[in-house]
Amino acid sequence: MRILNASGCLDALAAPEVARQLDAFVTKTVTPLPREGNAPPRIAETAHGMLNAIGLANPGRERFLAEHLPRLRELGVPLWVSVGGFCAADYAETCSGLANIEAVELNLSCPNVDEAADSAAEIVAACRRATELPLYAKLSAAHPDVAEVARAVAAAGADGLSLINTLRAVALDKHLRPALARGSGGLSGLALKPIALHAVSVCHEATGLPIVGMGGIESGRDALEFAACGARDVALGTVLFSDPGAPARVRAELAAACAEAGVATPDDVRSLAKSPETERKVPA
Amino acid sequence: MPSSVSPSRHRVTGSEWVGPYTLLRLERGELEPGAPGQFFMLEAPGRLLPRPFSLCLAPPGELAFLVDPIGPGTEALCALGPGDEIHVLGPLGHGYRLDVERPLLVGGGIGIAPLPYLAEQLGGSPPALLGFRSDEHAEAAALLPGSEVVVDPVLVTELIEPGYDVMACGPEPMLHAVAALCPTAQLAWEARMACGYGACYGCVVEIDGALKRLCLEGPVLDAARVTKVRASNKLLQGAEA
Ligand SMILES: Cc1cc2nc3c(=O)[nH]c(=O)nc-3n(C[C@H](O)[C@H](O)[C@H](O)COP(=O)(O)OP(=O)(O)OC[C@H]3O[C@@H](n4cnc5c(N)ncnc54)[C@H](O)[C@@H]3O)c2cc1C
Ligand SMILES: Cc1cc2nc3c(=O)[nH]c(=O)nc-3n(C[C@H](O)[C@H](O)[C@H](O)COP(=O)(O)O)c2cc1C
Ligand code: FES
Repeated sequence: MRILNASGCLDALAAPEVARQLDAFVTKTVTPLPREGNAPPRIAETAHGMLNAIGLANPGRERFLAEHLPRLRELGVPLWVSVGGFCAADYAETCSGLANIEAVELNLSCPNVDEAADSAAEIVAACRRATELPLYAKLSAAHPDVAEVARAVAAAGADGLSLINTLRAVALDKHLRPALARGSGGLSGLALKPIALHAVSVCHEATGLPIVGMGGIESGRDALEFAACGARDVALGTVLFSDPGAPARVRAELAAACAEAGVATPDDVRSLAKSPETERKVPA
Repeated sequence: MPSSVSPSRHRVTGSEWVGPYTLLRLERGELEPGAPGQFFMLEAPGRLLPRPFSLCLAPPGELAFLVDPIGPGTEALCALGPGDEIHVLGPLGHGYRLDVERPLLVGGGIGIAPLPYLAEQLGGSPPALLGFRSDEHAEAAALLPGSEVVVDPVLVTELIEPGYDVMACGPEPMLHAVAALCPTAQLAWEARMACGYGACYGCVVEIDGALKRLCLEGPVLDAARVTKVRASNKLLQGAEA
């Protein structure tokens, strides 16, 4: 099981020592044009989680490729580039400009910008034509049937899934007004974990694709639970804010959690993974 | 980033009232105190995210923070007692430049926090002007002996004379007023922060005309660099005032 960061939760150039603990570094989502992001305040703490409305602040495709990517390569950590956009052609064009990276993650699910007009499957199909790099489709659990979306992106040529992105939510300040300038934001952290575990389970059962599980992972035990639901790898997001040493800590805890569960590696629990729906149908 | 990537655990050695604020003392351990105006992320017990605080004092073997209890995180920190332990990461960000000729320290309210350590690092006792909301709040001036103190409705900016290298910390309206009077002042700004080390992009402020991360660029910035307050910040301020 590899330990990655969740997109948008680490700047490897600002904190290279943190990135070097990872098995691969995932960039913040890159869009065709530079984006300044949303006005502050952009973050708020909630019970067992936090909201963000960063708004995909990023330098844009051109500057990312010319300035950021070369500096990221110097870190010596395998790179995943998270790609975003507003139509299938946006995504495909960025994909065609990428080479010599480990994988592309297609962000099909940011709650802080208006949704792309094309469907997830159309975007994946366009990117499939644009690149031979492994394509991970990052989906939202807000869809009424995430397994159906997973099947559609698998059919369109996705090589893997990243699950899950934040969920749209609101927090109010003491004057009963939204705590974020944008009004709503994306909920991340511990509160997401049960939702993410469910999404991983049903998408694993639906597609069998490799899955990067994320959503509220704080410990090695959490990571092992994602494996038990079908995740091959995990990504750490919000936990990095309070503990930049989390990747090394979670890796050590994962080994201990495996020992406690009586398995050699997380793959051993993944091979037993079934969707909760299927499990329930199995006669006693 | 500080030399250790992981936050380290530190024992509380003392906690005392200074007016309405709490001076929280921690065992220093391996942490460097850093430059005045730099900050530390302190674990707020029971909360998901740590909170940023400037170093107030660096007594031998200790680091001391002055905390204004304004919400759940700061209240949890003020409730700590000797023997409790919290995680600490720092020092982070950029502090005050100390290469000034005629320093004048200016603080508003809890903005006094970084000034005692700043005064110590400047050597001797530089002149200081402090403004507070009430006589009770003004008790914190004891942390900066010899300072000149005013209480609302008198504003600290009314006392600033020309010719000084102003080094200020305080609420946003005060910092803007100081910037208007002294374009060369060094000002310590605040923003909500989730990480303190550039990871979350939550702490942006308009710096040099663009939204930039305050935890990396600041929190101390030359007055001319913060161009304007965004409408949303103004709204927030109006509501909190
Ligand atoms: C670099 C830096 C240094 C700081 N140094 C000190 C210090 O030495 N002593 C001290 O008492 N405080 C300091 N602060 C402010 C302190 O971090 C906040 O008061 C604290 O995070 C509030 O947490 P809370 O859970 O108590 O309140 P919350 O419920 O988080 O906040 C209460 C109210 O304050 C607002 N708020 C929250 N955080 C901030 C912030 N960082 N800036 C402005 N408004 C905010 C919120 O919008 C809310 O309306 C510093 C902040 C920064 C960025
Ligand atoms: C501050 C912040 C910024 C984020 N930015 C992005 C982003 O640019 N692209 C993306 O695909 N996901 C982004 N996410 C979502 C995370 O990658 C992750 O899917 C989500 O936070 C769940 O994981 P966690 O609970 O461990 O944080 C962001 C999350 C946070 C908290
Ligand atoms: S506090 Fe997270 S980027 Fe500044």
